[in-house]
Amino acid sequence: MTLLSVRNLSTHYAGGRGTVRAVDDVSLTIEPGETVALVGESGCGKSSLGKSLMRLVEPTSGQVEFKGKDVTAMPARELRSLRRSIQMIFQDPFASLNPRQTIRTILTAPLKVHGVGDSKRRREIIESIIVQVGLPADSLDRYPHEFSGGQRQRIGIARALILQPELVVCDEPVSALDLSIQAQILNLLVEMKNKLSLSYLFVSHDLSVVRYFSDRVLVMYLGKIVESAPTAELWADPKHPYTRALLAAVPDPSRRKQAAPIAGDLPSPHNPPSGCRFHTRCPLATDLCRAQAPEHRLFGPAHAVACHHTN
Amino acid sequence: MTALLDVRDFSVAFGASQPVKGVSFTANPGEMLAIVGESGSGKSLTALGLIGLLPRHAKTGGEIRFDGRNLLGQSERDWRKIRGRDIGMIFQEPMTSLNPVLTVGEQITEVLRIHEHVDRKQARQRAVELLELVNIPEARKRVDDYPHQLSGGMRQRVMIAIGVACNPKLLIADEATTALDVTIQAQILQLLDNLRRDLNMAVILITHDLGIVAQWADRVMVMYAGRKVEEGLPEPVFTNPYHPYTRGLLGASPRAESGHHYRQGPLIEIPGSIVSATGEKGCAFRPRCPSAQASCGFAVPPLRQITEDRLAACPFTPTSFVSHVHDASLRS
Repeated sequence: MTLLSVRNLSTHYAGGRGTVRAVDDVSLTIEPGETVALVGESGCGKSSLGKSLMRLVEPTSGQVEFKGKDVTAMPARELRSLRRSIQMIFQDPFASLNPRQTIRTILTAPLKVHGVGDSKRRREIIESIIVQVGLPADSLDRYPHEFSGGQRQRIGIARALILQPELVVCDEPVSALDLSIQAQILNLLVEMKNKLSLSYLFVSHDLSVVRYFSDRVLVMYLGKIVESAPTAELWADPKHPYTRALLAAVPDPSRRKQAAPIAGDLPSPHNPPSGCRFHTRCPLATDLCRAQAPEHRLFGPAHAVACHHTN
Repeated sequence: MTALLDVRDFSVAFGASQPVKGVSFTANPGEMLAIVGESGSGKSLTALGLIGLLPRHAKTGGEIRFDGRNLLGQSERDWRKIRGRDIGMIFQEPMTSLNPVLTVGEQITEVLRIHEHVDRKQARQRAVELLELVNIPEARKRVDDYPHQLSGGMRQRVMIAIGVACNPKLLIADEATTALDVTIQAQILQLLDNLRRDLNMAVILITHDLGIVAQWADRVMVMYAGRKVEEGLPEPVFTNPYHPYTRGLLGASPRAESGHHYRQGPLIEIPGSIVSATGEKGCAFRPRCPSAQASCGFAVPPLRQITEDRLAACPFTPTSFVSHVHDASLRS
């Protein structure tokens, strides 16, 4: 059974300068054991989408189903038990760890909230997870500031996994880390995925990391998914002009000093372009693109593209 | 040719700790030199030292020879004459480096009016030209914008315009594209590459992104725990790294072009963290090094000339290392 199914989801923010359509009519699925990456530039709505799935931000319309249950219609109490199955890992673990609590207190909280075990059992669980994420057992009685960035991300991972979730939304989990630490954390995430049969939604702007870490990729531009494909296929045969530009912009030693691939900035999400939102930067844009938003069309069993000019 | 910049045994100390431990390197006119390293490598302190912006209580040693004279130890007055005129700098976060209450034009003309004898009108005209130089559309209109009215990429262009306003001989870019989106990053790097050619300006690119180095730099130096551990031309350094730390960095970085996928196996980790270097006798990388020997703990390994244009601070030749000099002699 499909683990997560999102249909026509929109999340709009009302603000002083008008409504921002951060997520606009997005549909996607995640299968058990799958790692799906969500890529795009800042402001494209990828983090809003991640949060909307768990209703950390309330979606404006559309439907989210987790294992067949409608999340969007769920009452608060049921939602809380759902959050046991869907957890989140953030970019900056320091900002998400209470500086005045020991690691033990931080890790005990989710177990208490969800009524897991008695105090003895809880202690066992905590002592086991801390070792599994690669921290020394004596870390438990220390405070977040005593740890390095990589170690804090390990604590964030321990907290997310302690309730044995089925889906983990990882929002830029390695972008703040140094290269050598990044590899350690990615390897840990893979190891935990295999051990606990997890699925990941991996939100990232780093295409090199996404190429390594994901099974399938969703490319987002200004609130819309413009292309989705299995990872290897996306790199072998990117179809949407935006995906092509994005891949071409990744620094590549074999392509020394080539002209910058696309000009222009990301337009403001307050006032997105008409029709296809990419038309202001697209080399292929025509009147059709300016007038009409393209529908998703299939170019392979799992390869969908929203572009009038792809064929 | 004498180098434009000749840094000799440069060190920075704060009390007992010495985050930069004697670094030497040169930069030539028009050259793009990349300095790579992780946080704690000393790369940013080295950059601040080059423009005299280290905190007052920092103790420096060695020499920074620029255009033939030693900048280190000169007065703040003298630094001010050089900073912005002969040496420009751009930082990672343009929003915090730009003044929010001054227009873009006012910030560019400020630099011009300090260093060059131009009147208000000439300065403004020059500001518009500079905005055009860094590819800001509608420069004549944009010159009166405040920083918050610009996108991140545009702000970084303004920073570059300020950095190059007085035609500096050297521009230091400290993680200048790190906070930008990948398509914007490519535009900015292309711009820097054009500018250094057009203005014959040396650029020191400080970054942690090996892909950027490989694609854009003429020469690369790798720093670890306050020392240079390897230096060479990017292509040979990355295809044939000599120092175990450089090898480690390359193994640890997922590279899209390699097609390596998590289902095929893990990334090669560098165990531990740079913190382990504190108080180490001998090689600072020893606690994390897969090929460390007992002798690595005795003394800091000196930089050795490996090939004609390669330096590395490791006494052991990696088993897979192919000397390019040797290669060349075979071919001829």
